[in-house]
Amino acid sequence: MTAVVAGASVAGVRTAQALRREGFADDIVLIGAEPDVPYDKPPLSKAALAGTTTIDAIALLTHDDAKQLGVELRLGVPASGLDVPNRRVQLADGTSVGYDQVILATGTRARPSPWEAGSRLHLLRTASDCARLRADMQGAGSILVIGAGFIGSEVAATATKLGLSVTMVDPLPIPMSRIVGAEMGELLASVHDGYDVDRRFGLGVDQVTDDGDQLSVQLTDGSQVRADLAVVGIGVVPNTEWLEDSGLAIDNGVMCDEFCRAEGRTDVFAAGDVARWLHLRHGEHRRVEHWTHACEQAAAVARNICHSDELRAYDPVDYVWSDQYDWRIQMVGHTAEDSTPEIVGDISTGRCAAVYAGPAGELTGAVTVSWPKAMLAVRRQLTAGGATASDALAQIHKLAAPVG
Amino acid sequence: MPRVIADGGLCQGYANCIMDAGEIFDLDEDGLVVVLKEEITEDERAQVETAIANCPVSALSLAEE
Repeated sequence: MTAVVAGASVAGVRTAQALRREGFADDIVLIGAEPDVPYDKPPLSKAALAGTTTIDAIALLTHDDAKQLGVELRLGVPASGLDVPNRRVQLADGTSVGYDQVILATGTRARPSPWEAGSRLHLLRTASDCARLRADMQGAGSILVIGAGFIGSEVAATATKLGLSVTMVDPLPIPMSRIVGAEMGELLASVHDGYDVDRRFGLGVDQVTDDGDQLSVQLTDGSQVRADLAVVGIGVVPNTEWLEDSGLAIDNGVMCDEFCRAEGRTDVFAAGDVARWLHLRHGEHRRVEHWTHACEQAAAVARNICHSDELRAYDPVDYVWSDQYDWRIQMVGHTAEDSTPEIVGDISTGRCAAVYAGPAGELTGAVTVSWPKAMLAVRRQLTAGGATASDALAQIHKLAAPVG
Repeated sequence: MPRVIADGGLCQGYANCIMDAGEIFDLDEDGLVVVLKEEITEDERAQVETAIANCPVSALSLAEE
């Protein structure tokens, strides 16, 4: 028996580890496109970019770890095809690896920049992207961040820490409003207050040119921004091209059932960013790009491989965080654009929590800023099920009350 | 018995450990990890190992004794 894991980022590594925890005693091969040992990605926009940690320090699985775990690492050559009938993963160097079970965990890559302006224009997804961006940031005076989502906001926070002057552009007037609604979106945008970030929200980018000294960026209102370099953080796209001829159903990710098995297969699984599985809690197929999800789905896949006679649906409560400046932003469950959450606390007092309700008053999700205990309370209630938004608010108010 | 070790200096309050092993871990008033039960049984090992794997900042470990 051989389990082959294609993709050596967090979902792939955690799947290999979880297989061993579940008692999988046969061969495990872990295939990674990059030559480096598997590393963790969240620090690439924070500590690794700031230079306060190294790629070695954020390794997910060292060669020693792999040896101890009995995992064969095949690094530096990406998977290039999947022969489903013959159960073989083809690699870009022309070799192939046979499997009994394969786990597709090739993740996502940064959505390419629609502008071409040479080497001053950066994407940030891999360790080499991070190293290149960090090298350019050293000695630079100014940076333009295009896209004010989590990655863009984290890069902005890191850049201010390194002394660069930062301009952020996003086509939405309130960049996070699509996810958390207008009021909480405003509040999340306000974390940049006090850090001298020039925010140009509600504006698109028309043109980016390198004039030899700097980038010159023309915005949709006709204004110009000049910066030494720019980072484009406009989302990610799933790495599924290598599966195009596999016959698997691919539609914005690998289509999977609720057990994380590729549609129509019992020997092909997917985990992490690349998996679009039947998320029962939402009643539809979803692709989720969060770190905790990658770990949890890896564990679910390993469990279902080792206990194929009692499959369990993977039905998580979605959870994601973003650390910006000294702020700790955490989100759980479903937080919608059109909802009006009830907000407890205020960012000016150092912490706040927004609680989201469904049409019948049921608790659907929460966003907290620098308030882990409030987040935990809601996460527990969502996981247990059956709680109302009022239940969650009562708990949070209790946490907010002065002790004694 | 295996002993649970948590590094409060690394902890950032993500709380994944509590979702995986709520009998073993909790958050203190500052939102940092506390170990409720240092010495765990073999039955508790699987959930603690999951918690260790799911800690985003590798703040948790298990000492075999």
